[in-house]
Amino acid sequence: MELSGENTPMVSFRKVRKSYGALTVLDDLDLDINAGEMVSIIGPSGSGKTTVLRMLMTLEQINSGVIYVDGKPLTHMPKSGKLVPASERHLRSRRADIGMCFQHFNLFPHMTALENCMEGPVQVLGLPKAEARDRSEKLLELVGMIAKKDQHPSRLSGGQQQRVAIARALAMRPKVMLFDEVTSALDPEVIGEVTNVIRGLVSEHNLTMLMVTHQMGFARDISDRVCFFYGGKIEEQGHPSELFGNPQRERTQQFLSAVREAV
Amino acid sequence: MNIFDFVIQYWPRLLAGTGMTVAQFFLAAVLGVAIALLMGLMKLSSNKLLRGSAVTYIEIFRGTSLLVQLYWIFFVLPLFGLSIDKFTAGYVAVGMNIGAYGAELVRGGILSVPKGQWEAALAINMSPAQRMRRIILPQALVNMLPPWGNLMIELLKGTALVSLISVADLMFETKQINGSTFLSAQAFGAALIIYYVLARFMVTPFMRWLEAYMARKMGRA
Repeated sequence: MELSGENTPMVSFRKVRKSYGALTVLDDLDLDINAGEMVSIIGPSGSGKTTVLRMLMTLEQINSGVIYVDGKPLTHMPKSGKLVPASERHLRSRRADIGMCFQHFNLFPHMTALENCMEGPVQVLGLPKAEARDRSEKLLELVGMIAKKDQHPSRLSGGQQQRVAIARALAMRPKVMLFDEVTSALDPEVIGEVTNVIRGLVSEHNLTMLMVTHQMGFARDISDRVCFFYGGKIEEQGHPSELFGNPQRERTQQFLSAVREAV
Repeated sequence: MNIFDFVIQYWPRLLAGTGMTVAQFFLAAVLGVAIALLMGLMKLSSNKLLRGSAVTYIEIFRGTSLLVQLYWIFFVLPLFGLSIDKFTAGYVAVGMNIGAYGAELVRGGILSVPKGQWEAALAINMSPAQRMRRIILPQALVNMLPPWGNLMIELLKGTALVSLISVADLMFETKQINGSTFLSAQAFGAALIIYYVLARFMVTPFMRWLEAYMARKMGRA
């Protein structure tokens, strides 16, 4: 029922399939991510990379297979010796391990930066306000947004909004952080302020991170492993120096040279 | 008699009628907003029974005349053993009617909130009820305030119908004065002006203030 052993992966996709009608987005995906590992997912659009994150966040239901987080099933729950699809209650208990940042930030517009960060800790975790405020202010400090804590999102730039969104996700103390193209909607000159925050998380925190990105240089710099997705499958994966430096598969080579030409 | 002399002579009754109109308006508005919220949410529910009930309610109250609904509540329901005094029957009928129109505004307002807001609320592990109450509804409310302003003015004008079940509102008093004095131009002229003043200088400014207040809360002001 549960995955156990010393080297239990933090996240484990086992034969996960996702399709929309006749269109198969992910085909029998097997992917393990170890605790503390930073894994980047790259690939052409429509290759299923964002779907991987959305399934893990339980924003999308899977058609078959099982996803485990921290050794325990996420998409399913044990019932009389079998795994059955998870109830809303089970999802809520397991989802607490996962945090996510989105391409378009999705901050709550009717709340200030600080209130955005405090919302989850107060409403979901039931923390006293003072404690939630303390935790949120520390995180806003970490992402360099403490000076703007009382501003509403409409008064913040894209890069600033994304940094608040990272603080908001961290305030829930997840074990796994998901970054879904978090720099894609940003102006080029502010991409650095967001990638620097993520860099800081990689070096200073023991978070497990899964990132979908188009920033090849960034993925190469900070990832422990890079997965190249093509047509709903992992076409190739490996250490960034190998995958970027010496790709084995023809599709990987084609994709990487197309990306380099575009730069 | 010019209209000023008319008002000077009959102001106590006009004032009493206006007070009753404002009371009917206020109670109907509170009931209407509550019904609109409930029916709007039910119409978005995944539960077929809830959704079906909301659709039926909205169809009945939008598809038939408010006056007929008022007569049903005041004259027909007692035949089934449910007697309601005229004051209550008045604002209940108007409130239930306006609630059906408002339900569509609530539904539209909720659907106008971007999908990303639902997803972000889910990503911090909020329950479905928390997502709706804390994240979606406040934003939906801002989006639907302008059409609610129109609906509130419709509601004010709709309350004039309660005079037909003898609730002593502005319209009822005006008709009484007209019946005993035959000063039709002055009586209905005064009523016209009072309804206009209520709508233009009370309801509209209040809704504008509410819109500005909500915009400030959203950090948009």
